[in-house]
Amino acid sequence: MRVTAMVKRILKQLIRDKRTIGLLIFAPILVLTMLYFVFNGEDYVPRIGLVDAPESFVEQLDDRKATLSLFEEEGDAEAKIAEKELDAYIKFVGGQPELILEGSDPTVTGATMEWVQEAFQPRQPENAPQLKVDTMFGSDDMGQFDYFGPVLLGFFVFFFVFLIAGVSFLRERTTGTLERLLATPLRKWEIVVGYVIGFGIFTMIQSTIIASYAVYVLGMVMEGAFFHVLLVILLLAFTALSLGILLSTFAHNELQMMQFIPIIVVPQIFFSGLFNLDTIAEWLSWISYVTPLYYAADALRDIMVRGYGFTEIYINLLVLLGFTLFFMMMNILVLRKFRTM
Amino acid sequence: MKKVNICVSVQNVSKSYGIHSVLQDIHLDILEGEIFGLLGPSGAGKTTLVKELAGLDTPTEGANYLFGQKMPNLNLVQRIGYMAQSDALYTELSAKENLRFFSELYGLKGRKQVERIEEVAEIVQLSNHLSKVVSNYSGGMKRRLSLAIALLHEPELLILDEPTVGIDPLLRKNIWRAFQSLKERGKTLIVTTHVMDEADKCDRLGLLRNGKLIAVGTPGELKRQTGTKTIEEAFLYFGGEQS
Ligand SMILES: Nc1ncnc2c1ncn2[C@@H]1O[C@H](COP(=O)(O)OP(=O)(O)O)[C@@H](O)[C@H]1O
Ligand SMILES: [Mg+2]
Repeated sequence: MRVTAMVKRILKQLIRDKRTIGLLIFAPILVLTMLYFVFNGEDYVPRIGLVDAPESFVEQLDDRKATLSLFEEEGDAEAKIAEKELDAYIKFVGGQPELILEGSDPTVTGATMEWVQEAFQPRQPENAPQLKVDTMFGSDDMGQFDYFGPVLLGFFVFFFVFLIAGVSFLRERTTGTLERLLATPLRKWEIVVGYVIGFGIFTMIQSTIIASYAVYVLGMVMEGAFFHVLLVILLLAFTALSLGILLSTFAHNELQMMQFIPIIVVPQIFFSGLFNLDTIAEWLSWISYVTPLYYAADALRDIMVRGYGFTEIYINLLVLLGFTLFFMMMNILVLRKFRTM
Repeated sequence: MKKVNICVSVQNVSKSYGIHSVLQDIHLDILEGEIFGLLGPSGAGKTTLVKELAGLDTPTEGANYLFGQKMPNLNLVQRIGYMAQSDALYTELSAKENLRFFSELYGLKGRKQVERIEEVAEIVQLSNHLSKVVSNYSGGMKRRLSLAIALLHEPELLILDEPTVGIDPLLRKNIWRAFQSLKERGKTLIVTTHVMDEADKCDRLGLLRNGKLIAVGTPGELKRQTGTKTIEEAFLYFGGEQS
């Protein structure tokens, strides 16, 4: 009864705040869309100059994946690189080709190198055996966006729920309404549970919209069940909001709440599998295991990319539930500071 | 004369924040069915004392008893109506939504809830403004809404921290009339104030200064004891005696 009152009130307050709702729903959609275009953009076409190249060599070059231009003098090519109109040039010293790269942008350098290596590859004989490629999970045309997508989805939910729940609770404290609540028969656990359920309901709606957009509009891979994705996201949101509420007790104003973002939220991206975890220094890798986002991202990727079901993800779900319960207990303990009864 | 019961008993209460002493050895009994005024300048410790009575804080030394039971005690909360010094309202919600929310916390439902909301709105004269969002309320209206919330569940004891600040004189008079009628219905009221002219309307007064209770008595008694005509002069007299 009292918890229901809390939940109703929180939802009403959220609905009144149109701007925050907009932020919670449209900001993730906007960022996901931008990432979609960044990751799924066209391949870079390198611009390569050929200095004094033998005609027989030029003829057999594949000019579909590169823009080629011919130069008489090396100096001209150098000048073009300096003017940023050329990415590299190939010159021939005593019949031996030599590649000179502009070299400041790794993406451009990579694309150039790839083209050059292909160009200088010996021709395969006509009847050579063709390597057949197959993937166990995902597909060989799965893009970066599909791989990062599940992690980003989790990250957005975590980030926004953490912030909004934290700020709401902070306001409850700074405006004196928390103290007012504690002067009513409302119990401390009812306050915490009210928050978790209220924001949980809102997050359910928010993440359904965002995840549907990612999967059905942007075409993010979705091998598993949509319902499982929502389950993971809901538990992640619980973790985010119980942590947000807990940390809000250590902030005096909204700005101080923001200060937790670079300390608590952003580092989680690095340890949640957005970057390959095997390359993280040994002595730092343990951090993964204490970041909620790691477990959520792992489960989301299992569902969305590998098509796994409940039996493969339930451990991650349990860990997230554990985090939530731990943070909730801490919250109830911290509220003792305001009322001992 | 019929026997009066003690509603609130403050026994040897001291409170300090670190080395800063806010309340010093307060000893005070408040009787059932009286309007008790806690009078003192800003910073005297009024809020600190009433928060302890509402169960929001605990004394460093001594103890507070309400209805014969030691505070803080969650079971007693239902019998107390508390109005904080600063308005603790949900400004995004309408006045009615605020009232509804708090009445649900006190377990009021259905018809009873609707009736109570109408009644308290009538008392504080906000009946025509209930659908307004609280952020559009004036300071005085917010004060009255806070008071209405404290009255919702018909508590036996009302603890009101500066209830009439920012309310215009006419409305203030009406609110004091409401206090009188609550008293007539057997409720106990503790009202803090730093406005001396309100003091005369209380049954008994406690004068608080620098965390010390310098005098307790009816307004008449206090004036007689000091040979002064106003509470203000009496306050100055007691204050001077102390230092
Ligand atoms: N949490 C606190 N920490 C430190 N000092 C406090 C705290 N709360 C109140 N005080 C101090 O206690 C004194 C009395 O405050 P208060 O009870 O609010 O007075 P009043 O309500 O009579 O104006 C003031 O000097 C105030 O600074
Ligand atoms: Mg005060």
